[in-house]
Amino acid sequence: MRARTLLVPLLTALALLAPAGGAMAATPQTSVSEVSSEVMCPVCGTLLELAESPQAKRQKVFIARLVAQGRTKEQIKDALVVEYGTEVLALPQGSGFDLSAYLVPVIAFAIAVIALAIGVLRWRRAGDPPRGEGSPLATAPSDADSERLDADLARYDL
Amino acid sequence: MSARSAIAVLAVLAVVGLLTFGLLSKGSSGLALGEAAPASPLPRLEGGGSGSVADYRGRWVLVNFWASWCVPCREEAPALESFQRRHADADFTVLGIDSRDLSGDGRAFVERFGLTYPQLRDGDGDAAGEFGTTGVPENFLVDPRGKVRLLVRGPVSEEYLDRYVAPLLPGGRS
Repeated sequence: MRARTLLVPLLTALALLAPAGGAMAATPQTSVSEVSSEVMCPVCGTLLELAESPQAKRQKVFIARLVAQGRTKEQIKDALVVEYGTEVLALPQGSGFDLSAYLVPVIAFAIAVIALAIGVLRWRRAGDPPRGEGSPLATAPSDADSERLDADLARYDL
Repeated sequence: MSARSAIAVLAVLAVVGLLTFGLLSKGSSGLALGEAAPASPLPRLEGGGSGSVADYRGRWVLVNFWASWCVPCREEAPALESFQRRHADADFTVLGIDSRDLSGDGRAFVERFGLTYPQLRDGDGDAAGEFGTTGVPENFLVDPRGKVRLLVRGPVSEEYLDRYVAPLLPGGRS
């Protein structure tokens, strides 16, 4: 009895999930606009999403067909590379020479931050009053200076 | 010269060098008459394998860059096919190069217009770049030694082919 009680909801759940799984296979993984924002129109030299040329329209139809087949964005981009070569990709690839497109800005930013930090440190050191024996703050005023100071203060003593 | 000055000069030279390189590479124009036609291998549009302009050395070749989305290409395709049918033999052929086009669309174009001359595929446009095309269609008549003898930026008509291309072929056929 207990086993039957557990089996019924389990089978019901499986029956409900089975059609959902089948539907998911045909569910679009991406959209034309999403892919179009990451690939180029090879003839126009602009992002495909901005292009309206006859070639761009054919390219969008090609993408729409693959989207309808349930292909992922990466699969569609791979198909476009087969058709047009790697130049169709708007974003550089994460390997080979294209990797420099990602690394160079990071390295340049790091160098700029280090240079700025060194510059700020030098500037602060230059702005600090010198310390040590030769410093006016480090030496006590002479007797003559003290007398002159007292005299000056006395003149302003109201 | 101090180290700082040397670095500044080097930086300026690097920037000037980059700008010069950019201008030169952008301004590299196409073929001139009498120059050798590029002969990089390209995949065939149909049937697999690859081909090249060099495969036709010893024959006259009218290299025709086209694309299925190009309206003038549709207008000139029948003229090219007609010329091919009248002149194709051991000495001459039209060679189509489908450039920056979807391969399926290209094959449909060939079928639609019943094109019988050989077709290569230039999906990334590299061959078009080597020829220095500015668009499609463009036509280059290559002589048996592989030199460009005539180039037409734009579509050709049957009348143009008869008047300017046919006389150059062996026997001056028309």
